[in-house]
Amino acid sequence: MQALTNRSKVVSKKEMTFVEKLYLPAIFGGLMITVSHFFRKKPTIKYPEQKREIAGVFRGQHVLKRDEIGAERCTACGLCAVACPAEAITMTAAERQPGEEGLYREEKYAAKYEINMLRCIFCGDCEEACPKEAIFLTDRIVQADYKRNIFVYGKDLLVEPKDNPIDLSKRQTPEVKEFKHHTEYQHNQTFDKKQKIKAGGH
Amino acid sequence: MVLTPIIFKIILVLCVFGITLLVATYSTYAERKIAAFLQDRIGPDRAGPFGILQPLADAVKMFMKEEMIPTVSNKWLFILGPALALLTACMTGVVIPWGKSLIIGGHEYSLQITDLNIGILYLFGVVSLGVYGIMIGGWASNNKYSLLGGIRASSQMISYEVAMGLSIIALVMTTGTLSLKDIAAAQHGGHWNFFIQPLGCLIFIICAFAETNRAPFDLAECETELIGGYHTEYSSMKLGFFLFAEYINMFISSAVIATFYFGGYNMPFVGRFVHDPNWLAVLGIVFMFAKISFGIFFFMWVRWTIPRFRYDQLMNLGWKVLIPLSILNIVVTGVFMMRHEIMAYFVK
Repeated sequence: MQALTNRSKVVSKKEMTFVEKLYLPAIFGGLMITVSHFFRKKPTIKYPEQKREIAGVFRGQHVLKRDEIGAERCTACGLCAVACPAEAITMTAAERQPGEEGLYREEKYAAKYEINMLRCIFCGDCEEACPKEAIFLTDRIVQADYKRNIFVYGKDLLVEPKDNPIDLSKRQTPEVKEFKHHTEYQHNQTFDKKQKIKAGGH
Repeated sequence: MVLTPIIFKIILVLCVFGITLLVATYSTYAERKIAAFLQDRIGPDRAGPFGILQPLADAVKMFMKEEMIPTVSNKWLFILGPALALLTACMTGVVIPWGKSLIIGGHEYSLQITDLNIGILYLFGVVSLGVYGIMIGGWASNNKYSLLGGIRASSQMISYEVAMGLSIIALVMTTGTLSLKDIAAAQHGGHWNFFIQPLGCLIFIICAFAETNRAPFDLAECETELIGGYHTEYSSMKLGFFLFAEYINMFISSAVIATFYFGGYNMPFVGRFVHDPNWLAVLGIVFMFAKISFGIFFFMWVRWTIPRFRYDQLMNLGWKVLIPLSILNIVVTGVFMMRHEIMAYFVK
């Protein structure tokens, strides 16, 4: 019979020699192996002080971006909530009042925007669905906590602070933006549709 | 001035007791650190610098944990078990010579709490009592796993005590004394018993591993088979007492091995550089503790290298290998000591 893999070994149960029966050389050899590990450099990363370098395309905690003048980009269209396979996103839309132009970019905005981080699977579909380039996943890790309701992140945690913009250059590289315009890939066809919606909206 | 020796003895007793507990406390830390380092990890490093306060945190945890006494257990024996284990573990330190005598104001103060002329017998007696704590604890829990652990511990200890005693007989033959003080003193200048009795030393160390219930002979605990064995039902500080007793036993075993076979407080060539007897005594303590530390390290090193024995392998090793070997050791030692008489008989 042909072997499935070439990793199989024939087990031999031969009689042990006298030296092998003494066990002590084997024990000594084992001790030498373990002690050689004693002085080896440890691969441990001491987490809170040291952070492991994560991949550029890492998908972590979401951010709701602001535009150039600091107005929220999100227009509460709900496409992200529809795209979300885990149904983690909910929102309530509201109409922009006169004088709030600096706060919200479009005439409609999200009065309430919540992501349940326990439901979220960090697939990035919301980011892909968003026609306004408003929601992105970042390289930040969602903090652990003891209570479940703390993981429902509201706008206070999601919208980027005005004075501290979140860097997206790792995920939104020019190559990624370029790739998104190639409509011949099925992957990008929905995006293309969104582009049309976006063009129609303006 | 009559009282001074007594006061000195009291201070010495307190010191030995305190140091024993301290060493046992930090052995838990050392165990975790050494285990981590041997496995390419770092180990506890959060409590204090390098995790040096970890044993204190562990002690606080042990005290704060919920105290559980099973309703089906025999309550008094259940409490007696860990107490007895810790008591017997602490009692063995009495006969060990920690260093040479200090000379203060013309008086000589021995750094041994009591020099029993049958020190070895005392040691064996107390070590044998140690199994009662485990046995009582395992039996009083009224749990099958605990009972199995207790039975295993007792049969293992009885089996290995035989080989241990026989290996010591050869040592007693060569040194001609049962007093630990004399055994330690006879090894000055590099005449360590290890070089005279290498086989006896090996057998004694193996039996010491078995007597302290350390891996590869930790069949009494055996987490994977017996869920902790004799201390399955124990919680809180009673469990802490059992674990603590194990570490104290390890410390004392290292001290006994160092005293019997590795020169105790002696170190060759030191006498040439240091002449003041008090400084020599202090250096003797330092060397003693260096040897003990290496002994403890060796215990842990072996624990994290060798897997546990199977029960029949353990019994085979004890009865079929170690006991015949130690008897052979006695015979060879005897023949070597009597070689002139034997030669005279045949040559004549």
